[in-house]
Amino acid sequence: MTMKLEYIGLKQISGPLVIIEGIQGASFEEMVEITVDNSEKRIGRIIELYGDIAVVQVFEGTSNISLTNTKTRLLGHSLEIPLSKEILGRIFDGVGRPIDGMGEIFPEVKWDVNGKPINPVSREYPRNYIQTGISSIDGLTTLIRGQKLPIFSGNGLPHDALAVQIVRQAQLAQQEDAEFAVVFAAMGVKHDVADYFKRSFEESGVLQKVVMFLNLANDPVVERIITPRCALTVAEYLAFQHNMHILVILTDMTSYCEALREISSSKGEIPSRKGFPGYLYSDLASLYERAGMLKDRKGSITQIPILTMPNDDITHPVPDLTGYITEGQIVLDRSLHQRGVYPPVIVLPSLSRLMKDGIGEGFTREDHPAIANQLFASYAHVQEVRALASVIGEDELSEIDKKYIEFGKAFEREFISQNKEENRSMDNTLDLGWRLLGILPKEELDRVDVKILDKYYRPYSSTRSEL
Amino acid sequence: MGDTMEAEAKGTIYGINGPVVKVKGSKDFRMLEMVMVGKEKLIGEVIAIHDDMTIIQVYEVTTGLFPGEPVISTGKPLSVQLGPGIIGNIFDGIERPLHYIEKKSGAFISRDLEMEALDPRKKWDTHITVKAGDAISGGSIIAEVQETPLILHRIMVPPTIKGKIIETVTDGSYSIHQPVVKIREDSGAIRELTLIQEWPIRTPRAYLKRIGIDRPLVTGQRVIDTLFPIAKGGTAAIPGGFGTGKTMTQHQLAKWSDADIIVYIGCGERGNEMTEVLEDFPKLVDPKSGRPLMDRTVLIANTSNMPVAAREASIYTGITLAEYYRDMGYHVAIMADSTSRWAEALREISGRLEEMPAEEGFPAYLPSRLSEFYERAGYVQNLNGTEGSVTIIGAVSPQGGDFSEPVTQNTKRFIRCFWALDRQLAYSRHYPAIHWLTSYSEYIDLLKDWYEKNVDGKFFELRTEIMRLLQEESKLMEIVKLIGGDILPDEQKLILDISRVIRLGFLQQNAYHASDTYVPVTKQFKMMEAILYLYSKAKQLIAQNIPMSVLRNTGIFEEIIKIKYTVGNEEFEKFEEVKKKIDEFYHRLRERYKY
Repeated sequence: MTMKLEYIGLKQISGPLVIIEGIQGASFEEMVEITVDNSEKRIGRIIELYGDIAVVQVFEGTSNISLTNTKTRLLGHSLEIPLSKEILGRIFDGVGRPIDGMGEIFPEVKWDVNGKPINPVSREYPRNYIQTGISSIDGLTTLIRGQKLPIFSGNGLPHDALAVQIVRQAQLAQQEDAEFAVVFAAMGVKHDVADYFKRSFEESGVLQKVVMFLNLANDPVVERIITPRCALTVAEYLAFQHNMHILVILTDMTSYCEALREISSSKGEIPSRKGFPGYLYSDLASLYERAGMLKDRKGSITQIPILTMPNDDITHPVPDLTGYITEGQIVLDRSLHQRGVYPPVIVLPSLSRLMKDGIGEGFTREDHPAIANQLFASYAHVQEVRALASVIGEDELSEIDKKYIEFGKAFEREFISQNKEENRSMDNTLDLGWRLLGILPKEELDRVDVKILDKYYRPYSSTRSEL
Repeated sequence: MGDTMEAEAKGTIYGINGPVVKVKGSKDFRMLEMVMVGKEKLIGEVIAIHDDMTIIQVYEVTTGLFPGEPVISTGKPLSVQLGPGIIGNIFDGIERPLHYIEKKSGAFISRDLEMEALDPRKKWDTHITVKAGDAISGGSIIAEVQETPLILHRIMVPPTIKGKIIETVTDGSYSIHQPVVKIREDSGAIRELTLIQEWPIRTPRAYLKRIGIDRPLVTGQRVIDTLFPIAKGGTAAIPGGFGTGKTMTQHQLAKWSDADIIVYIGCGERGNEMTEVLEDFPKLVDPKSGRPLMDRTVLIANTSNMPVAAREASIYTGITLAEYYRDMGYHVAIMADSTSRWAEALREISGRLEEMPAEEGFPAYLPSRLSEFYERAGYVQNLNGTEGSVTIIGAVSPQGGDFSEPVTQNTKRFIRCFWALDRQLAYSRHYPAIHWLTSYSEYIDLLKDWYEKNVDGKFFELRTEIMRLLQEESKLMEIVKLIGGDILPDEQKLILDISRVIRLGFLQQNAYHASDTYVPVTKQFKMMEAILYLYSKAKQLIAQNIPMSVLRNTGIFEEIIKIKYTVGNEEFEKFEEVKKKIDEFYHRLRERYKY
């Protein structure tokens, strides 16, 4: 009934928000259609309601809108996107409209992009690892199917290349018939970055298995809020309706959060840290927590959100709150990058919370937990020795500390560093770890059980021996 | 039951902003009253009243609500149902059973789910413990129900009621709504009591008096039990940035501490972590009783993507359940993971109310809310004469890992045990990453007698020595960082080496190792004794000018580090062998350097 009613004009315009007066029967978070100058149609969402006053976010922005040139119509539903299996291989804009010229999606169903929280008792605890072929990840921060594991990066660091390499090389450990697909959401990324992803997907032949949502750097900011929600709704549809294993890449979460901040400030909300709204944590959680597995379905959603830490600061609200929600993080480091290490994963602050239950005997190899632990501990000691060496000089170090320096170099050069095309098997990664630990005397390896140590430890020889 | 059906306050929705709904049209709403919002009857609570505008926080998603929908008063504050069926269950932040929600709405939580917290159909074998003519008052036990093989649920008279029993049913099976006892109150009113009662979550339950704190909550974690013990009825905070192992530590405490009942609140945390608890706890066996841990555990899960207002309530729901079991005479420990999420929920709602913020956007009433919460811990004598305790262990997630932020700082004022998690320790995979120099416990003096009586008279003497060595080590490390370790005199090198033994062999504990995950206090003491015995012997050797490098090469230090694995939890006699080995080491070196 309200479908027919049109409201003429606006009361106020502020940034991406407009305020409409005299609205009847509007509901919270309902979608509206705004016709500008009787020709151009824009979409908006009600984000606040007071009596007959509605605050509306306009997705395409408010340029050209005046207080008198609009007609607004309530659409009677919250933001939904059409879904069907033919969505695979398609490209959409930030709010789910096709931009690849291949026409509209013929919907099998329409789902609300906000999703609903997964009941914790319905979740299946993720245990199966995904082999990425990258030693620093497989060995030390193992990615588990159903996990949300972000990449904390900085501007100018090769996070995009790393994400592409993960997509290209990712394979499920237990080979099953289940299908694998990628949902890619770009928020505020540059055109050439989006192109880079597209081309890389094409070259590796996975494009037909990719759904892309692109909100580029010059696209409307308000749409950016919706982009990850569209992507995750598609992921949920494919994973839980069609039993597929979905890898979701969200980049760049920092742009997303900044968009949220921009809208919050237009609304005149009270800011908390660094001007971000007080609900940033809840808002991010409503995205990240959409990863996971369900007991009664076969599919899974694994998330790799990418964010650039402003000023490389890991305590900035965006990485900070993200780290509190996600199950670990892979941190990239500028000084490693400058030394030519690719991928520049700095292992000490990197962590995969779920790996403890997905590695070891029956999953990867019996020695995996021990060697991962030992590599972390030894490499942590390398940092202490380096700090000391920078004061007293390397020559003055004790013999054992010199070994640590040697180990540290080899670890970065051989273990962390690898080619962009290099796909190492899990066995390769673990054996490589043992080979490098051989640089250190056996007594130094205090995190490893004696039995495992006797079985795998070999003193280092510079030629690559096959263990 | 409600004998007076007053005209219920009824307003209409005026404005909606996230979980905050403004209501017009009635002045009869009361502060903190529970209300039903909209046609779908979403649960909400009155949090402010301005003239004819009532402000409500809604515990469910508000998408789709519109101005003009009705809001109905219930006349009572937000309350929880207390009775058999709580233990072993998992609830959301306002005590709605998640298993039942799953049955009704599938894997994703939807709205408009009317339900009871406790299963109204389930019959409980009830043993009536009173008879007609008995005088009863608040807290009196009227019946017993075996809730789980571990927990005997004592049905109590609600705190405000006093009178005489007129009639009881016979022992048998009853559901929670069936009357089991009829009483005449002192006022003359006749009342029937069932197996359940209701209690408003924001009001602490009554007790007779607080009694002194004098026994520890034994956790089986060395760094806690030995260095920074917590008392039954005490309060502790675990602050730490992400990845430092807050949740891991909380899980370890929930698994192994010697409380009778554990209330675990997942407040705004990860869904998968709750799933992990749900999968693990039924499989893990309580070392004391041999029963699955789930038989003594209640879970409250309001994960980060569930509605924010219910996150704020979940802390109170948890503590109310804990107090209820305390009233029966149990020792209850409550793990709140994480109180920062609760504080942020306060901030979020406060922001939407446009209240004047204090520090970092947190409302000015943050400290008073925190103190109200932590003060609900305590060791008390209950109304019915039994003794019980509530111990609160709250995780804190400081923004940016910085302990100077408001939640950590304000929490510190109201707790007495501070287990500071350290990022550097976590990076080098030293778990639990509780830092020995920044943590403290104010309970040590209160617990001294217990340790001396139940473990060993020398316990705290050794603890002090361990702490002294660690202090000394940190001082020496400052020097080492500047000029390297080689030039230190041998007795100082020994301090570094023995501290390494303490750190790796004692403080570091492996949660995934079958016997190291939980260590009895007596073994903790024996381990300390062994380490310090090695120290005293090594010191004597150094005094005889035997170089530290020689001592090191014997491998005895590595051997002592491994005693946590090589000596089983009950094999105290093996410590004799350890001592013998140290003696051998001592004599061998002394012989060799005799000339």
